[in-house]
Amino acid sequence: MSATAIAAASVPATGSFATGFAWALRRDLTLAWRHPGETILVVAFFVLVASLFPLGIGAEPQLLARIGPGVIWVCALLAAFLSLPSLLAGDYADGSLEQMTLSPHPMSGWICGKVAAHWVASGLPLTMLAPLIGLQYGLSPDTLLALCAALAIGTPVLSLLGAACTALTLGARGGGMLLALLALPLFVPILVFGAGAAEAQATGLSPSPHLSILGAGLILAAVGLPPAICTAIRIALD
Amino acid sequence: MSAIAYAHRIEGRDLACWRGPAPLFRHVSFEASAGEWISIRGANGTGKTTLLRCVAGLTRADEGSVIWDGQPTAADSQPYRGDLLYAGHLPGIKDDLSAEENIEGALRLRGRAPSAQAVRAALAEVGLEKRRHLPARRLSAGQRRRIALARLALDTATLWLLDEPLTALDDDGQALFTRLLRNHVDRGGIALVATHQALAYPATREMRLGA
Repeated sequence: MSATAIAAASVPATGSFATGFAWALRRDLTLAWRHPGETILVVAFFVLVASLFPLGIGAEPQLLARIGPGVIWVCALLAAFLSLPSLLAGDYADGSLEQMTLSPHPMSGWICGKVAAHWVASGLPLTMLAPLIGLQYGLSPDTLLALCAALAIGTPVLSLLGAACTALTLGARGGGMLLALLALPLFVPILVFGAGAAEAQATGLSPSPHLSILGAGLILAAVGLPPAICTAIRIALD
Repeated sequence: MSAIAYAHRIEGRDLACWRGPAPLFRHVSFEASAGEWISIRGANGTGKTTLLRCVAGLTRADEGSVIWDGQPTAADSQPYRGDLLYAGHLPGIKDDLSAEENIEGALRLRGRAPSAQAVRAALAEVGLEKRRHLPARRLSAGQRRRIALARLALDTATLWLLDEPLTALDDDGQALFTRLLRNHVDRGGIALVATHQALAYPATREMRLGA
């Protein structure tokens, strides 16, 4: 039996944002599941580096509680940065990115799906581990909660910003260094308001202004960055 | 065999591409209607790949336009992309996924939902049925090419743009490719194929680059 005979009657394939999103999310999560080393590396880096500070500084509870939120945020930021190269570079190298660009789905659909999968495989585990790390610094339960909330809102922004930066460095020689130069300065506002939320809580103020600004940043990034990522990918493939 | 309902037509008008100051190709025009296939020939470095990428819309041509069913493709490429299957030098195969998953994923991405039997039958046709659960990294170069062939067999896109589809294929694989191409064209499909070899199925027209 010829395979062409099995294929359904020819209808022009139509795509939509939602199907593209679901396709990319499912595929990237499957790949992350098959190849868990990447996620484990990110999480291990986060835990190790965040645990080194208390060891290096020594048992000074007040000092540790003071620097805790900031240190945890910096570690989360660096861990998120570590996971960026796998976001688009692999698909660029093996031609999957070409096929996705030529699919009938709108580009922003599968790009958002990929970013969402990246967040589930890197940002989400970091957010869930942060309270455990926070205990090492003797943070109060309220502060831990504020820290977690800030990470939950802030890490998706890191994934979106990181995706835009990796898209810009696709195909560039020495892309790794370039990526650090591009991405880390862009992460600064997230760091300031993210760490600020937990610190405000620790000093008895309300963390909600910081969280609101982070939320606004997330909305802005979710709306504004996917078109930029599309354009960067198109340029890289040209 | 399902015929492609509407007679499609692709046209390239006066396409040109520059690489720096030197033209890679200039004044390239072609047309193909339903049931025709064009073989693109030319020495290395004459722009066969670039031409196919221009037609697919991956690379922007410096001059000229590609017309699909009377509409320039640059204006709204989304419906055009639904009709198009491009297979370039890079296979788009994920090493961590099996042959079966790779094909299913590729077809779903194109908006098709193949049944498990159809995928299996296509893999059997290209001789990968026994290896369908192996991760693609365990397959040889030729076997990976055969994954791409199974994709050709299952996808019902009207326009095929194929860049060196015979690379790494043995005689049997080349015969299989020729059969798939013939089926596609007989169904009313269109194909633009860049190749160095002469196929047993003669092209409707031959296009020479760099002449």
